[in-house]
Amino acid sequence: MITAERKPLDEIMSYIEPYHRILLVGCNECVTVCAAGGRKEVAMLSSALQLASMKNGKTLSVNELTLERQCDPEYVDTLAPQIEGAEAIVSMACGCGVQELARRYGQVRVFPAVNTKFMGASERAGVWAERCQGCGDCLLGLTGGICPIARCSKRLFNGPCGGSNNGKCEVSSEMDCAWALIWEKMKELGTTDQYEAVISAKDWRSGRGGGPRKIIREDLQ
Amino acid sequence: MKTNSVLEKVFASGAFAVTSECGPPRGAMPEIVREKAEHLRGYVDAVNVTDNQTAMVRMSSFAASVILKQIGLNPVLQMVTRDRNRIAMQSDLIGAYSHDINTVLCLSGDHPFFGDHAMAANVYDLDSVQLIQTVKEMRDNGSLQGGAKVDNLPRMFIGAAANPFADPFELRVARLAKKINAGVDFIQTQCIYNLDKFEKWMEGIRERGLHKKVSIMAGVTPMKSEGMAKYMKNKVPGMDVPDEIIKRMGGVPKDKQAQEGIDISIESIQRLKAIEGVSGIHLMAIEWEQKVPEIIERAGLYPRPDVA
Repeated sequence: MITAERKPLDEIMSYIEPYHRILLVGCNECVTVCAAGGRKEVAMLSSALQLASMKNGKTLSVNELTLERQCDPEYVDTLAPQIEGAEAIVSMACGCGVQELARRYGQVRVFPAVNTKFMGASERAGVWAERCQGCGDCLLGLTGGICPIARCSKRLFNGPCGGSNNGKCEVSSEMDCAWALIWEKMKELGTTDQYEAVISAKDWRSGRGGGPRKIIREDLQ
Repeated sequence: MKTNSVLEKVFASGAFAVTSECGPPRGAMPEIVREKAEHLRGYVDAVNVTDNQTAMVRMSSFAASVILKQIGLNPVLQMVTRDRNRIAMQSDLIGAYSHDINTVLCLSGDHPFFGDHAMAANVYDLDSVQLIQTVKEMRDNGSLQGGAKVDNLPRMFIGAAANPFADPFELRVARLAKKINAGVDFIQTQCIYNLDKFEKWMEGIRERGLHKKVSIMAGVTPMKSEGMAKYMKNKVPGMDVPDEIIKRMGGVPKDKQAQEGIDISIESIQRLKAIEGVSGIHLMAIEWEQKVPEIIERAGLYPRPDVA
């Protein structure tokens, strides 16, 4: 999923300072799963904004809504009747959702209420960790299902570096060394003989090196 | 000979090679580079010039290497893949070779987290192994990483680092083999204090005959004090300092600790020289270049062979 974390209240307050009526829009997909911008977080932020405004002597009216998917025009269109009367939109979706609202409702300012973090997985309750950087040319088949691009601090294709310490990264004892994990996995799978084959320099055109990317599926158009 | 590198010639002569290090200053002070390097003249075969070591901004390795070249020393251009992409690194290699710099050490580099620019973007377009491949392609196939054939590409003698003390230990011989597969010519190791563990690593190297495919230089750093020994043990990633060393340093009065550190490094060199498959030492006397002559002389490595 795409993970996100809510921005500090003060920052969100600074965006909406000039306005009295806002539309606060959540998303029922990834940000709901990572508890950053779903229905529940929309309700909580709405109360917090109204309370903080009241303390500043201002009455803030918040129209709360959570879309099925904020990155999908079909759902974003359904907001149209709510836009009128809103001086600003605050989105609790990832950056994709914020941009979709801004594209569709260009006449109103749209502000983000979360910081989009990374593509990751849930490790345990309340902990999400980065797993994928969307490089566009997956090499997980070579590395035992553990991505060194997303999970090695130096994104080494031929690690580990000299700072691998007891399975942890030199950057922090809280981080696993991706290459220590890969090596353990190779042992488990009996594929350690493949370790010595050099993984050659990556062609970053499949990633952001080629500019903003698009997927076009003619069979679906 | 693959290159004009003096280091390659020393290895070819069968002599035990010696390199040392010169860390460029944090400012436009060429006189400091010259001053540090002068201590080394005649006592080493080549001088590593570090590339923004510990991820702190310094005079570039390339510029400081040119200064060394101008005063008649042989620089080993250190190049980390942390700060520049493959375009910039190949461009610097061509530039360096245009100044007759013919020896390079390919590294990934300390993570920016450790320096004073932790907010900097981490480039890592290539890793150290891919940089070795890139430099070798330039030299042996006359082609750039992108595939273009180009005239007069650098003919570099290619070095890399190895840390026998990092984890997982069982993987450390295979990792050296991987660098050999990529095309490395010589290796400089992390500072060695745990000689037993280093000997165990070398056993693994010899079992596979890897010491015949690459020249291995053992890393030695003299300690200045008990405090430095403790710091290296506890704070420097990938460093293995046994308690005996710390005890020995602490066992002499403070004003004698520097001499004790030098004595330890000379004893280490004597032991390292005797290990089959070790072709030289890399003496990293950090901000202590003036002690290099004493160490090299007392270790019986002076004078240096004349291979030019």
